[in-house]
Amino acid sequence: MKWIRKGVAVLIAVLALSFVTFLAFQILPGDQAMLKLGTNATPEALEALREEMGLNDPFLVRYGRWLGGVFTGNFGESSNYKMPVTELLWQVLPNTLLLAAISILMILLIAFPLGLLYARFPGSAVDRTGAMLNQTMMAVPAFFLGLLISVVLGLWLRMFSPGAFVSYDESLSGCIVYLIFPALAIALPKAAMTVRFLRSALLTERAKDYVRTARSKGLSENKVLLLHMLPNALPGVRTFIGVIVSEIIAGSIVVEQVFGVNGLGRLLVRSISNRDYNVVQAIVLYIGIVVLLVNSGMESE
Amino acid sequence: MKKYFACFLLLVSAMTALCACEGGTKDPEDNTKGGAVVVGITQDLDSLDPHKAVAAGTREVLYNIFEGLVKSDKDGKLVPAVAESYEISADGTKYTFVLRSGVKFHNGETVTADDVVYSLNRCAGRLETPDPEVQVVAAFSVISDITASKGSDGKDVITVTLSTPNTELIGYFTCNIIPKNYDNQAKSPVGTGPFKFVSYKPMDSLVMERYDDYYGTKAHLQKVTFSISESTDAAFLKLQAGNIDIFPYLTVDQAEQLKDKFNIEVGSMSLVQGLFLNNAVKPFDDVRVRQAVNYAVDKNEILQMLNGGYGTAIGSGMYSTFGLYYDSSLENAYPHDEAKAKQLLQEAGYADGFTFTVKVPSNYTYHVQTAEVLANQLKKVGITMKIELIEWATWLSDVYKGHNCDATIIGLDSQLAPSDILKYYIGGSTKNFINYKSDDFDAKYNEAMATVDTDRKVALYHELQKCLSDDAASVFLQSPSLMVAVAKGLTGYTFYPVYVQDMASVEWATK
Repeated sequence: MKWIRKGVAVLIAVLALSFVTFLAFQILPGDQAMLKLGTNATPEALEALREEMGLNDPFLVRYGRWLGGVFTGNFGESSNYKMPVTELLWQVLPNTLLLAAISILMILLIAFPLGLLYARFPGSAVDRTGAMLNQTMMAVPAFFLGLLISVVLGLWLRMFSPGAFVSYDESLSGCIVYLIFPALAIALPKAAMTVRFLRSALLTERAKDYVRTARSKGLSENKVLLLHMLPNALPGVRTFIGVIVSEIIAGSIVVEQVFGVNGLGRLLVRSISNRDYNVVQAIVLYIGIVVLLVNSGMESE
Repeated sequence: MKKYFACFLLLVSAMTALCACEGGTKDPEDNTKGGAVVVGITQDLDSLDPHKAVAAGTREVLYNIFEGLVKSDKDGKLVPAVAESYEISADGTKYTFVLRSGVKFHNGETVTADDVVYSLNRCAGRLETPDPEVQVVAAFSVISDITASKGSDGKDVITVTLSTPNTELIGYFTCNIIPKNYDNQAKSPVGTGPFKFVSYKPMDSLVMERYDDYYGTKAHLQKVTFSISESTDAAFLKLQAGNIDIFPYLTVDQAEQLKDKFNIEVGSMSLVQGLFLNNAVKPFDDVRVRQAVNYAVDKNEILQMLNGGYGTAIGSGMYSTFGLYYDSSLENAYPHDEAKAKQLLQEAGYADGFTFTVKVPSNYTYHVQTAEVLANQLKKVGITMKIELIEWATWLSDVYKGHNCDATIIGLDSQLAPSDILKYYIGGSTKNFINYKSDDFDAKYNEAMATVDTDRKVALYHELQKCLSDDAASVFLQSPSLMVAVAKGLTGYTFYPVYVQDMASVEWATK
């Protein structure tokens, strides 16, 4: 019953989201027909194209038409690439998902050991240096970190060749190896945030009575940390990670651009500037569903 | 943001300085593979159907796959392509093309008169059921008839009849010839050019291969990949990593950093770049104000700052590619003179200067940088120019179509017809986004287009340019230079006065 309620809530939220996106393009200046035909188009040609693309129909009619398509599994055609939106998404979505998976793995691998270490020795030299490093990582903008990684690891150390991205359908292993580097650019700042969150969550637990009880039972400090404090700190951390995960799965626009990854974020930016409505709608819908599902899944009951 | 940007520039230049020591990255084996080249482009393609492609960035790629009846050579002269010869009747109302025999499309079919008539009709919007996405060539509206016949020697002849005389229409017959009975042009384009289409991946790349049955001089390279980057910065990284062999849109700073690793070739963008002033709004409705802005601008400084001294300052709405028609005497019509600018402003009642907003399309870094330099120059005579960055889609609908701006900075490109580059100033035209109004200009424009006699035509075009200059219709800045990074070992990169990246002439030098 609870799941049905949640499902309905997600559905309503997604509907509202798609409506708002559709509305946003109404307000945004820019004429799709003009974009396609350019500066040399005659007014008659523009009118004919608008009619053909259905841009002359009232807003609600167009929204209804789109929505009807979605319910029958048809997301329409990309006006720019002249291919079904689903086909286009299949070319980029797996790349973004792979990137997300690697990034999330990295975040977990970095954040948990460090967060536990800092919480184990609060105030120590390790903790203080760590805090400084953390602060730096969180402050670096993603595009800068991306460039840094490209130049240092790519151009200097030749660990990878910036821009030589291969899509998953050409070579899965090649794709994964390349994605390690953009993933690093995504993971480092987010891992830094997670470390900080985890540390403070653990330290909050530390002051609680049950910790003292555990200690008085003669448990080692390590065991207290891992077996008692960590499980209690987890629900909060889980929600926090949920937010990060949904952000990452939605595609990192900046990092994808810097590393030339053929992903969702790049497609989204390009489709917005091309006023490629169907593609934008589909991507926004996808992002919306991911965010809602991850959040409602991660929420502590 | 500014601070980050400065840091970033500093860092990148420091790093590139260090990288430069490492030497070439090119795998020497590549040179013997029969030649594959990767060309970097910064815009994804808007359509693979040549008649639907609007962006200059798309047309310069498709140039390698498609040809018209005629095409431009590197000096801007039209040379026969799918046609073997052409003739324009003395009164300028009839164009006759003799088709080259045995020209083959990439799908193996021979080009027929039917295909040519179909292609021309499609471009002219004369098909029975026109495809609304086809960009109709407005100049073709004077065509009243297109017919095919057999010449005395059995060759196919295409005759195009015009309703009003126009001796310049030949420049538009670069309109690409495509097969009539082929409906997959947008996905798998078929043309007659020296390269044939292999594959296209959105946001990633377009690959083409040498077409071995090409009727003319065959291309040297076996394979050309146009690799799409989202920005010049991303492309710059690819260049440094050795993943791009040719990159045509370098900034001065980038060219400076790459000069040890690449050959930097300099050509012209063949554009009229200007600070275009809306002649219908205050204060630019006053010719004295427009002249004052002209005097306040230092074009040489712009050439220095943006092109490292390359490029050509212009004085009216045309650039030197138009040869005889171009009036070079106007280049110095408004020398940089701040005192004069201030005096004119005072006469016009703006002794304390004024403030206006310039709308610049944010996707054109070059124009954005120009705006920054200009804002500084105008400040010196008391004019405050606020820069508003807008999206390209917004530029098209707001500025170009809506005429809704004080001023804008943009580059105007053109077909190889002098009337084409001046079409923006005809009174009442939808293309006249600066609201320039001169009856004298309009009358002369129409006369020039129909004039057959070359001397008279040249005189008229010079007068037209003088009109624009005298009225200070806008601030005509320059025809910017184009800096291209070409991998060492590649030869034959050629500049054209139109937007093309001709790969047929490029080859790897033999070791």
